[in-house]
Amino acid sequence: MVVKVAKVQKTNLLPVVEQSEEEKMTVKKYLRGEAADLGELQDKKLKGQLAVREDLYGKSAQAAAQAEKWLMPSEGGYLEVEGIEKTWRIKQDAIAAEVDILSSRKQFDIVLPDFGPYTLDFSLSGRYMIAAGKKGHMALLDMKNMDLIKEFQVRETVRDVVFLHNQKLFAAAQKKYVYMYSDNGTEMHCLKEHGAVTKLQFLNKHFLLTSINKFGQLHYQDITTGEMIGNYRTGLGRTDTMEVNPYNNVIGVGHSGGTVSMWKPTSAAPLVKMLCHQGPVTAMAFHSNGHLMATAGMERKIKLWDLRKFEVLQTLPGSTKAMQFSQRGLLAAATGSFVQVYGDLSGSQEYSRYMGHSIAKGYQIRKVQFRPYEDVLAIGHSKGWSSILIPGSGEPNFDTWVANPFETRKQRNEKEVRSLLDKLPPETIMLDPTKIGSVKPATKKEMPTKQDIEADKEAAVEGAKKTPLKKKTKGRSKPSKVTKKKQEAIMRAKKPFLEKQDEKVKKKRKRAEEENQLPKSLQRFARKAPAS
Amino acid sequence: MKVKVISRSTDEFTRERSQDLQRVFRNFDPTLRTQEKAVEYVRALNAAKLDKIFARPFVGAMDGHIDAVSAMAKNPANLKWLFSGSMDGDIRLWDLATRQAVCQFPGHQGAVRGLTASTDGRVLVSCGTDSTVRLWTVPLPSHAQDDSSDNEAKPLATYVWKSAFWGVDHQENGELFATAGAQVDIWNHNRSQPINTFEWGKDTAISVRFNPGEPNVLATSGSDRSITIYDLRLSSPARKIIMMTKTNSIAWNPMEPMNFTAANEDCNCYSYDVRKMNEARCVHRDHVSAVMDIDYSPTGREFVTGSYDRTVRIFQYNGGHSREIYHTKRMQRVFCVKFSNDGSYIISGSDDTNLRLWKAKASEQLGVLLPRERKNHEYLEAVKNRYKHLPEVKRIVRHRHLPKPIYKAASLRRIMTDAQRKKDERRRAHSAPGSIINKPLRKRRIIKEVE
Repeated sequence: MVVKVAKVQKTNLLPVVEQSEEEKMTVKKYLRGEAADLGELQDKKLKGQLAVREDLYGKSAQAAAQAEKWLMPSEGGYLEVEGIEKTWRIKQDAIAAEVDILSSRKQFDIVLPDFGPYTLDFSLSGRYMIAAGKKGHMALLDMKNMDLIKEFQVRETVRDVVFLHNQKLFAAAQKKYVYMYSDNGTEMHCLKEHGAVTKLQFLNKHFLLTSINKFGQLHYQDITTGEMIGNYRTGLGRTDTMEVNPYNNVIGVGHSGGTVSMWKPTSAAPLVKMLCHQGPVTAMAFHSNGHLMATAGMERKIKLWDLRKFEVLQTLPGSTKAMQFSQRGLLAAATGSFVQVYGDLSGSQEYSRYMGHSIAKGYQIRKVQFRPYEDVLAIGHSKGWSSILIPGSGEPNFDTWVANPFETRKQRNEKEVRSLLDKLPPETIMLDPTKIGSVKPATKKEMPTKQDIEADKEAAVEGAKKTPLKKKTKGRSKPSKVTKKKQEAIMRAKKPFLEKQDEKVKKKRKRAEEENQLPKSLQRFARKAPAS
Repeated sequence: MKVKVISRSTDEFTRERSQDLQRVFRNFDPTLRTQEKAVEYVRALNAAKLDKIFARPFVGAMDGHIDAVSAMAKNPANLKWLFSGSMDGDIRLWDLATRQAVCQFPGHQGAVRGLTASTDGRVLVSCGTDSTVRLWTVPLPSHAQDDSSDNEAKPLATYVWKSAFWGVDHQENGELFATAGAQVDIWNHNRSQPINTFEWGKDTAISVRFNPGEPNVLATSGSDRSITIYDLRLSSPARKIIMMTKTNSIAWNPMEPMNFTAANEDCNCYSYDVRKMNEARCVHRDHVSAVMDIDYSPTGREFVTGSYDRTVRIFQYNGGHSREIYHTKRMQRVFCVKFSNDGSYIISGSDDTNLRLWKAKASEQLGVLLPRERKNHEYLEAVKNRYKHLPEVKRIVRHRHLPKPIYKAASLRRIMTDAQRKKDERRRAHSAPGSIINKPLRKRRIIKEVE
């Protein structure tokens, strides 16, 4: 019997596997930017420490990529068609037939014809929804159990409604003021400073309630302390469009002149003003990665902008009154009673038609909102609201510490305390949020002009003249001595400037000497600065 | 047509029984968490502030001596015990946990200058200005618990010698101990006379320290401002450097056997590498008066110094400035300091007859930590270190209250060193280039190296 002894190879603890392109992309996503260039460092100790750090970053990115590949509990939704079928022709009934009962229950229409066009908002976890009709009807719903938690009438125009940090509090922009309500319908606060608000937004990490009112004034209010952080006039008139860029928490406002301006709470001037459309801007949406913005204008165009270069990536046709990006990057655009969902199906940033849905003719869509962590699109229209299924729009895997659709009361309270402890100051809002903690590169100081030097010299001399001299006794403060001391002080103040002038003169002389070395006929070709 | 929609069943995502833990699901995708750096910065700021709130380094004081504490020794076999000797000859054994004296060893007629314990912790060696070396048996921990406190022990042996002693240290894992006095003597426990004597010049040796990593190497400092390295296997001393001011105490780095740090009269501590003694590896400057004693942490990463300016400072082994300073109105001149063998506590013995117990990390939570607590502490420490260069965080982390005399003395020293440096620069600028060489501080304080 021949016993074959296997060749024992020295195995690593972790088997070395060839990484596919996909895996490399996911690792890149987790690396959050490029590695630092350590070649220029001269400090060896620092270089060694940083090299160890970079190695650790690489390892953690690898571990996160592995976790994403193997440990995620759910896969995303998808819609695949065969043959000559097109995805945008598929109706909701067809989808309902193929999908399980629980999901088919997520398609519904709620008809409330009396109370005007409805606007809606979802809480961060996607479990709670608030719907508000323009004629004053407000309803708070638990979407998981399809429960109506509270419904009440305020008997006033309600223009917008938004959840605050959790489902316990929400703000409504009513006829004259903004009101804050708790989840059992109690009016908690009446915020008078905001005025007659047209659009409300809430910045979660900063606890800032942002509003834009009929006069085009932007208000930022910290709801933990009640302090009004910023109150700015946009200067461009009444606007109906205001959205938050989720990547850097910058507020984008679309104006009737076709411009979009971006604001942060600590400056009275906008960060960016860009001319987007030839008519008024009717709708805006920001992608969650912060680089992509979609704007719709009255001239029936939807433009997709790259926010890093501020240029148009794509133009789509459509006159849209409501737009939103989903967590997975699908864009829902609503015109009249028809919703068109666009997606970048090929992987490149080219958006094409993905799905469509038309609600009953005559209904005007006021708002489209994707439900977070679900493949559901909620549509608020003039006769109530509807909910349809859009496979592949929601993020399938939630993170318990970010947003938990299955939150218990204890977890909600803990989360509230934690987020208050981690509340960001309003100064952290900037166009590029990765700049925090980075080192500003040393800028070359400009050479001071002659006037500046003269001014400095004058100032120094003035200072020297003004300093009071101590009065000494026993004949030591005779007028002659005092004037002599004063002269000395003035000379001392002038000395550094004179030294610099001397240096300059010396340099000139040196250069002149160098020039003189050339024979006279060639001196006119002598260069003052070395040739490049 | 193939369709799939996200549908989560409640059972998979919630716990089964109320006694189970809540389920946690993670998604590390960066797009789910926006403004990560700002959140980390806010956490670093809060961590720095909390650190300062919880910074209560003083644990307790042990009083009992009636004269200044002049020497201390750790017990290698027992974490909780510490020996201390005072200027009136009284030696006490303290239990650090209860901060009570377990035992007393009376007998010395003059000041106790040196204390050391053998490696098994059974024998205590003490020497003093009455030219005697005394060996004592250390009671067992169980016995100490039975008997009442303030026990008196009889000496195991008393050896009288020719001149007063200044310091003593025991060899690691050996039977020999060395005393410093008029010359450096090597003794054995059982012999009443030193088995060997080292001498280099006619000056007294002030302190002696055996290398814990290399048991045959010892370093001594002399009153002729020198540091001498001896090897027991050779018959003559190995190396000597002479500095500008005398060294009060030496401590070897337990993790790097070739490095030691010397506590000098000129308010600085100098770290040397034995193999290359012509320049110091690092100069640790922060004290404003003579540094009296120095001891390394068992990790080898930091050391504690006690100085004549009534403060105790903790330095990093390779850092130029102290990371922590401890001071109290009641603590006067600090004559000896020890780092406890678990690296968590510092004991200082000072002029006001008290021994004080401090925490090595001022805001450390003592006791057994739950794993979550420990993880949280580690995270806060890491996030604070990541952003500690930013001005707001740096201001909080760096801030220490200094007593006014020390603050004034420190700023005065700074002004003086700046003025000296400016003068040197100007002298160099006004003389022929290359005629005046810029000597780094590491070399400047050494006068010469002698073989």
